[in-house]
Amino acid sequence: MTEVNMTPLNVQEKALADSGIQLDVTRAIGGADSPPATDSPAGSAVIENAKIEVKRLDFHYGKFHALHDISMRIPERQVTAFIGPSGCGKSTLLRTFNRIYDLYPGQRATGEILLDGRNILDRREDINTLRAKVGMVFQKPTPFPMSIYDNIAFGVRLYERLPRRDMDERVEWALKKAALWDEVKDILRRSGKALSGGQQQRLCIARAIAVKPEVVLLDEPASALDPISTLKIEELISELKDSYTIAIVTHNMQQAARVSDYTAFMYLGKLIEFSDTQTLFTNPASTRTEDYITGRFG
Amino acid sequence: MDIYTRRKAINYLNLTFATLTTLFGLFFLTWLLWILFERGFSHVDWNLFVLDTPGPGDEAGGLRNAIVGSLMLTVVGVLIGAPVGILAGTYLAEFGRYALISHAVRFINDVLLSAPSIVIGVFVYEVMVIPMGNFSGWSGAVALSIIVIPVVVRTTEDMLRLVPDTMREAAAALGAPQWKVVTRVVLKAAISGVMTGILLAIARIAGETAPLLFTALNNQFFTLNMDRPIGNLPVMIFNFAMGPYDNWHDLAWAGSLLITLTVLALNILTRIFLRPKK
Repeated sequence: MTEVNMTPLNVQEKALADSGIQLDVTRAIGGADSPPATDSPAGSAVIENAKIEVKRLDFHYGKFHALHDISMRIPERQVTAFIGPSGCGKSTLLRTFNRIYDLYPGQRATGEILLDGRNILDRREDINTLRAKVGMVFQKPTPFPMSIYDNIAFGVRLYERLPRRDMDERVEWALKKAALWDEVKDILRRSGKALSGGQQQRLCIARAIAVKPEVVLLDEPASALDPISTLKIEELISELKDSYTIAIVTHNMQQAARVSDYTAFMYLGKLIEFSDTQTLFTNPASTRTEDYITGRFG
Repeated sequence: MDIYTRRKAINYLNLTFATLTTLFGLFFLTWLLWILFERGFSHVDWNLFVLDTPGPGDEAGGLRNAIVGSLMLTVVGVLIGAPVGILAGTYLAEFGRYALISHAVRFINDVLLSAPSIVIGVFVYEVMVIPMGNFSGWSGAVALSIIVIPVVVRTTEDMLRLVPDTMREAAAALGAPQWKVVTRVVLKAAISGVMTGILLAIARIAGETAPLLFTALNNQFFTLNMDRPIGNLPVMIFNFAMGPYDNWHDLAWAGSLLITLTVLALNILTRIFLRPKK
């Protein structure tokens, strides 16, 4: 399990929270260099090795203000889960990390998102380079209309010109990482659409990691799958975290508790609480978090 | 009458009317096919494909020049029209989806889609036949391509829109630039639909007469020269059906049957293309 680093301030908050006094607005979390935020989340997460640092992020769908002043640090080579009721903005937040929202006019993000210290929201930032570093897997499996082999090779070919043998090796490596190799090694030429839903989703994960990203974003990756496929995906996530920074959005609180090291609870476009997973689920700092995880709303 | 009996009665009444109107429609379709086969089938023989159309008073004759001419006009018409239509449809569905000009293009395309084909014939006559000084196969192919374009634009756009946005997002999330997302993934996913649009366009122009009357005209002799008037089935049917000779009438029936069977075959092909693959 992860260790919980509590600063004296956090301990104080925790004591207050435990004593029943509510603290909706708490002091800035994280390192000393984070800016003074007006509305920081409750919680005890102290992230020292942040891979992604979100600073005062706001997001709009046209006129709809979907994310309000989000600030948080996502730790490297850990699994960070985002939970909250439908429409709370957790998927929206995830979709800013690779700027996939850029596909749609009228969607815009303001603030800063630092990936290894570089602001990816900067217009000059090359979006394809960003997406090479930040892979994404979606809710519905989306195999491309091509063979299993080409599904994996498609992404790799965007960045690397590999000789045949190296490409074969890369495809095998990615499929093994995604725990799919044994099931498909004899049918690599068959269409990706011929696979089952769970296999398709693992194919999508293999496709995402084949380009060797640093961060993998998972947007409810198991919500369309049966329990056995879900279990496989969850096992996969635990394995992948050794090499990748993982952010996962999930509707399923048990899933968040099972797979993640840190958990963020969002509500109405705000980050309410961000703590290590054990603390968030056993001893939440905010009453809204507590109400949600105990099933009183949402 | 209680409500259940009433519902049953209304249901029965509606079903009866629906069945009757269906039969009414099918009746004329069957009648048409029946007459085509009755009058045309006996004249479909080897000579039809190896002899050219007979002149006044000639005994033997076939449709070789008209069949070959129709094929050339159709192929060239599609070769001009389909690429333009696919590119424009792709623009509307992918690159210019939110652009203001797309609304105008879509509207104009819909107008063109329902424009009377004789207007297209007169238009090409004005802009191509008169400046060139004579009727020609090229102007006929251009007239047909103007009919092909709106059909292909529309089907291409519709078929590309059927590809879920999640597919585009998945490809973009790998870092693929938009042109690669469109050409390697989205068009590939919609390829059977796009092909269907082209086949439907071919079926549409296979029997078009009016645009050819003003452009390709007709030619009694076999030719592969697109600079000159060229024989074709629809105009041949138009002329021979009104001619005074019995063998002309027979050839007109045979030609009508050929066109109808071609359109039927194209429609069956589109069914096969659109059939979900396992």
